[in-house]
Amino acid sequence: MSVTTSVETSKPNAKGKRKKSLVELLFEGRAFFALIAIVIVFSSMSPNYFTINNFLIMSSHVAIFGLLAIGMLLVILNGGIDLSVGSTLGLAGVVAGFLMQGVTLPQFGVILYPPVWVVVVLTCLLGAVVGAVNGVLIAYLRVPAFVATLGVLYVARGIALLMTNGLTYNNLGGRPELGNTGFDWLGFNRLAGLPIGVLVLAVFAIACGILLSRTAFGRWLYSSGGNEHAAELSGVPVKRVKIIVYMLSGVCAAVAGLVLSSQLTSAGPTAGTTYELTAIAAVVIGGAALTGGRGTVIGTLLGAFVIGFLSDGLVIIGVSAYWQTVFTGAVIVMAVLLNSIKYGRRW
Amino acid sequence: MSNDQSPGKIGEVVLAARNIAKSYGNIHALKGVNFDIHRGQVTTLFGENGAGKSTLMKILSGVVRPTSGEIVLDGKPITFSSSTEAREHGISIIHQELSLAPNMNVRDNIFMGREIRTATGVDFAEEERQTQALMAELEEDIDPLTLVEDLRLGQQQIVEIARALSVNSRILIMDEPTSALSASEVEVLFKVIRDLTSKGVSIVYISHHLEEALQITNHAVVLRDGTMTAYAERKNINLEWIVRHMVGENFDLGSPPTDHTIGSVALSIEGLSVPDPSGADYNVVDNLSLSVREGEIVCIYGLMGAGRTELLEAVAGRLSPSSGKVTLRGQNVTGKSIAECIRNGLVLVPEDRQRDGLVQTMTVGRNLSLASIGAITRVFFTSFTKEAQLVGDAIQRVHIKSDGGGAAIGSLSGGNQQKVVIGKMLATDPEVILLDEPSRGIDIGAKAEVFKLLAERAKRGLAVIYTTSEVGECLSIAHRIIVMRRGRISAEFGPDATKEQIMAASGEAVVTH
Repeated sequence: MSVTTSVETSKPNAKGKRKKSLVELLFEGRAFFALIAIVIVFSSMSPNYFTINNFLIMSSHVAIFGLLAIGMLLVILNGGIDLSVGSTLGLAGVVAGFLMQGVTLPQFGVILYPPVWVVVVLTCLLGAVVGAVNGVLIAYLRVPAFVATLGVLYVARGIALLMTNGLTYNNLGGRPELGNTGFDWLGFNRLAGLPIGVLVLAVFAIACGILLSRTAFGRWLYSSGGNEHAAELSGVPVKRVKIIVYMLSGVCAAVAGLVLSSQLTSAGPTAGTTYELTAIAAVVIGGAALTGGRGTVIGTLLGAFVIGFLSDGLVIIGVSAYWQTVFTGAVIVMAVLLNSIKYGRRW
Repeated sequence: MSNDQSPGKIGEVVLAARNIAKSYGNIHALKGVNFDIHRGQVTTLFGENGAGKSTLMKILSGVVRPTSGEIVLDGKPITFSSSTEAREHGISIIHQELSLAPNMNVRDNIFMGREIRTATGVDFAEEERQTQALMAELEEDIDPLTLVEDLRLGQQQIVEIARALSVNSRILIMDEPTSALSASEVEVLFKVIRDLTSKGVSIVYISHHLEEALQITNHAVVLRDGTMTAYAERKNINLEWIVRHMVGENFDLGSPPTDHTIGSVALSIEGLSVPDPSGADYNVVDNLSLSVREGEIVCIYGLMGAGRTELLEAVAGRLSPSSGKVTLRGQNVTGKSIAECIRNGLVLVPEDRQRDGLVQTMTVGRNLSLASIGAITRVFFTSFTKEAQLVGDAIQRVHIKSDGGGAAIGSLSGGNQQKVVIGKMLATDPEVILLDEPSRGIDIGAKAEVFKLLAERAKRGLAVIYTTSEVGECLSIAHRIIVMRRGRISAEFGPDATKEQIMAASGEAVVTH
């Protein structure tokens, strides 16, 4: 008897959920409304802001943070944190640059110039390896995520500096006679008018959205972030989920590194410093809970756009870089404040 | 500090709870309880696990606030906003779970939050002297500078008691103060209690060791399912009276299903030993053997610390046994992971619903499908149709009262939450189900429903093992009752056993007369 009632009551309840007050609606979509507010404010302050070209440029900036933030979202949904993504981004760029310069094999007396797709694949693999190191440290050796990824942050940055001796790889264009041209395609080209970087972000966002909503892995991720004990007792391979999550975060960081060094046509060892914090901020502004188990890809993307459009807007209207930092900080605190209202006292 | 501020007659009511009720969401821990504490006397609170004893004590000591009702101190209504405020009124509590900081030494633990201050800092010498005096009073040879984590559990309990004594409270609440103490330490504690009462201090005492409590108490109050069921003075009662009121009239929790055939052995445990998970040098499960047949329901009864939870967790793959063998329908599953056990048809419903059973951030439906999500995923994508079907079936089969699968877990009552955890594991279509205290913290109606559900599944061949610490629940649907004591099986009964027999075998109440 309770069954029939439960089925019947589910429908009016679903309808009831759609009937939200304006306040609730504003609150639910706070990242979205913040983004609209930012666009309106800056458009009124500068005629150059509301142009298609400017939106495309800003979006390709967002692409970098957005990619990092998607990886970070997966980690945060799992209840962890990945501080190493900025360094991984830098290291990925440097390794790509190194491979583009040609790999000398002295014992054979040859210099190998791998084609661009090989460089991309190897760099992504590198990101996955860095992530796997994080994952194993956290899942099997029980190092707290904060500490493990902080350590990897330093190590990855150090390796990037060692590889280049602190210098920057400048000519990533490749040479036609060596067959390794095309690296700048990622950063400069456009498909159907959209920068490749933005398309890459879109592809990653969609893939991640499908992963979270349609696959068993997505459910495992939400459950192990929501309550690891319960997930494990339900047969969820929580350790494997954890490692895969950090590997995916590493791959996202590596791809972001490729896009960034392609945009700049140079790869410096200090690229991406403090980007991990921006990525965390984007995830938090997007409404995810740092305690794990709650968050969406769309929210995170909106968070990344809020940060990107805000800081670029401040540049366009000529606000000093120092003030930009203050504004960004204020937005992050606001976001966490609203999250804490939403999730109660769990913070 | 205040025992001489309150002159008054021995035996008069000093602190009283009037109509106290406390709810956690939909769970009613206390339903309008009246409780008196008498000056200079010991009042003992009896009741089974989950009867609401600890909740009541936490309310009286200001740790939690009641949902309704009032506390009357010296005839005047009062509200405590914190345990500090209650302590200022001379009420202190020794918690069941030790609340010491293991990284600090004995002296600093005893004076935590009320350090003896001087102009230049803390008067450590005076604190040390007082600590030594307390230890002398408790006849315990503990150096005030020892780290608490280096003490054995019984000594830690002594420190906890010493801390409560050091406050000079006029009302002292002791929630299971003797659970880790040796017989001689209990003797000393009782001497201290008699000493305190002669000084006019009122004591509230809670213990599972009924006989022990009867030695010391002046008044007995029995609590059951959040209501006070009986009150009497010591001289008018005996052990039998307490047991009768604790377990109560038999609410019908069902009887063992009979109209089906008990099949072949489904689960067999041979010589299983499990080392203490916290690393102490003994086995919490000690060379235990047990087998359960298809369609059979086995109840495991035991006191806290008897090793029931560890036994079930070791069988289900959560703890690793140090020796022994677990076979599931002839297949060796010893040391297999939880996920493998679930795939093989052996599932565990954990004791702590909130900590181990539910994912609060997910909906009822997603919790229900969690353990089966891999099975309804083809290659890469989860079939939403199959999931909806599975959730619908589960809600129907275990009778969950909710607004459908999309409802939030927090919106359900304790009993329905428990049904979600059970339904989640039943959705994997197991052959053997282990339930650790499936009735904990749910009301009597929900208990009956849970047992009925298990009996129905057993008729269709499911082998069921459940644990309980309420003796009345042993005598419901179980075909066999196993009593565990210190990691071993101390007795085995059929469904015709008596409550007294079962309790005696667990070591709870040794009826010798």
